[in-house]
Amino acid sequence: MLFSPVPMHIPDGFLSVLVSVVFWAFSIVGVGYALTRVGEDLGERQAPIMGVLAAAIFAGQMLNFSVTGGTSGHLLGAALATIVLGPWAAVLVMTSVVGIQALVFQDGGLLALGANIFNMAIVGVAVAYFAYSTVQRLLQRVAKDAAWIIPVNGFVAGWLSIFIASLACALQLALSGSSPANVAVPAMGGIHALIGIGEGLITAGSLVFILAARRDLLQPAAASAGSQRVVWVGGLVIAVLLTILSPLASAHPDGLEWVAEERGFIDLAQGPLYEIIPDYVLPGISNEALATILAGVVGVGLVLAATLVVAYARRRAQPVKEQ
Amino acid sequence: MTTAALDPYRPGDSLLHQLDARVKVGLALGFILATALAPPGAWPVLMLLLALALAVVILAELRASFVLARTALTLPFALAVLPSLFTVAGTPLFSLPWGWTATWEGMLRVANVAIKMWLSVLVALTLTATTPFTAILVVLRGWGLPKLLTAILALTWRYLFVLAEEAQRLMRARAARSGHIVQGRGGSLAWRARVTGGMVGNLLLRGTDRAERIYSAMAARGYDGEPRVLAQPPLTVRNRALLVLGSICLTLLALAGILFWG
Repeated sequence: MLFSPVPMHIPDGFLSVLVSVVFWAFSIVGVGYALTRVGEDLGERQAPIMGVLAAAIFAGQMLNFSVTGGTSGHLLGAALATIVLGPWAAVLVMTSVVGIQALVFQDGGLLALGANIFNMAIVGVAVAYFAYSTVQRLLQRVAKDAAWIIPVNGFVAGWLSIFIASLACALQLALSGSSPANVAVPAMGGIHALIGIGEGLITAGSLVFILAARRDLLQPAAASAGSQRVVWVGGLVIAVLLTILSPLASAHPDGLEWVAEERGFIDLAQGPLYEIIPDYVLPGISNEALATILAGVVGVGLVLAATLVVAYARRRAQPVKEQ
Repeated sequence: MTTAALDPYRPGDSLLHQLDARVKVGLALGFILATALAPPGAWPVLMLLLALALAVVILAELRASFVLARTALTLPFALAVLPSLFTVAGTPLFSLPWGWTATWEGMLRVANVAIKMWLSVLVALTLTATTPFTAILVVLRGWGLPKLLTAILALTWRYLFVLAEEAQRLMRARAARSGHIVQGRGGSLAWRARVTGGMVGNLLLRGTDRAERIYSAMAARGYDGEPRVLAQPPLTVRNRALLVLGSICLTLLALAGILFWG
């Protein structure tokens, strides 16, 4: 009942509050900057173009192809949005997609939305842009203007954006203490190295189609390559940093956990501070079991009260309907 | 299945449907924050949060089957926390071959994350099932969401189902042309991926053309880049009281958890 065949973003409960807040801050800065820069890419028709293309990429996630044994590949779209719209607009388009997935479809949590926007709209787009423009320059030296350059490029950008974004996600989970780095990094990285192939193939396939049908659409992104050095450098830094950090974190999961605990990153995994209030669980209640029972009684009372309110409201509404 | 069925909004006239969207969005976010702040092992706090969430679902008069089916969708993600069962050091619970030993502390951590995830999804679902997305967007715009981002989100939402239907037509056409894919036949994996890519490209081009038509129509009606929404009436005293009372309850719950179980 989602647009994509599987949920793709971090739900609430997985990230510690501090990690959530830090990544919200990163995302607000990144998206805010993209908002000020996007005018350079598109004119006043920017809102309709970005809105409708965000809807197209969102709906494009429904399109899947069978891989094997009931699994299927489908699009995530950061690389495609970057190649078609340019990086600044792509950040906003992916923010809109990820935002609606969280706000409406519960694919990804609301507190975790900052981290999800960071992974998909900032890491995904910056890395895709870095890969796309670098490979473009390298291949053009070898093969001038061959038709296969852009699709091949799209494959690389699609694969790398998914892979690096998944590493960012794994590190966020590890920093929150939800999933140990030595399991999360290889598992997330491994799965997404495969998912990335699907993403790369779809991105390449759609670029072949767009090249054949509307070649002019791809020109702006390729032409403005020089003016977007910030994104290129950002993508490079993110890609290098995450590829170095992830194996390190994976090899020393206890180290990451130690950092997490030292910095108060883990608000899970801590023992109760009974030393502060030795014998009291709640003021005046000296027994944990009693607190649980009390909470249970209050809880059942709350649910019962809600049921009674609804029943009362319905009964009052009914005679009006019958008359 | 029509794509409109994907929209979780369920029209109705329950108390929660009638409640001001600002109160709903504010309290839902507060609830999710309070849930995230609850330390592991603070079962009384989580029980009270669960009771609050269930009470709200009942007040929203949503079908249990709808709520359960929708909240179950995010469960696959819980796999990501499962390794903690074995890697957290503590009292051994049971062991598997290859030296994997589950611990009591590990189980607590997994249960803690899974319960928090479900509670948060439950409340987020109740919010979107009783509040149209456009109303949520008006609230967010009022709270300072940038103009351009508001416009993009509103247009994405407006055309999402239109383009989802385009996508379904594309898939129907593919199914009609190529029949059922039998294992090992029907083209290579790369070929299948390329065909799907072509469909995505097709969707993007149709989207671009549509965006141009939409822009022309908007420009003809005087569009100047400024999304316009009606000014919201000030919150009534009752809504204000509800917002304050709810925030106090959630703050107390979060504080109790941190003080007594942190």
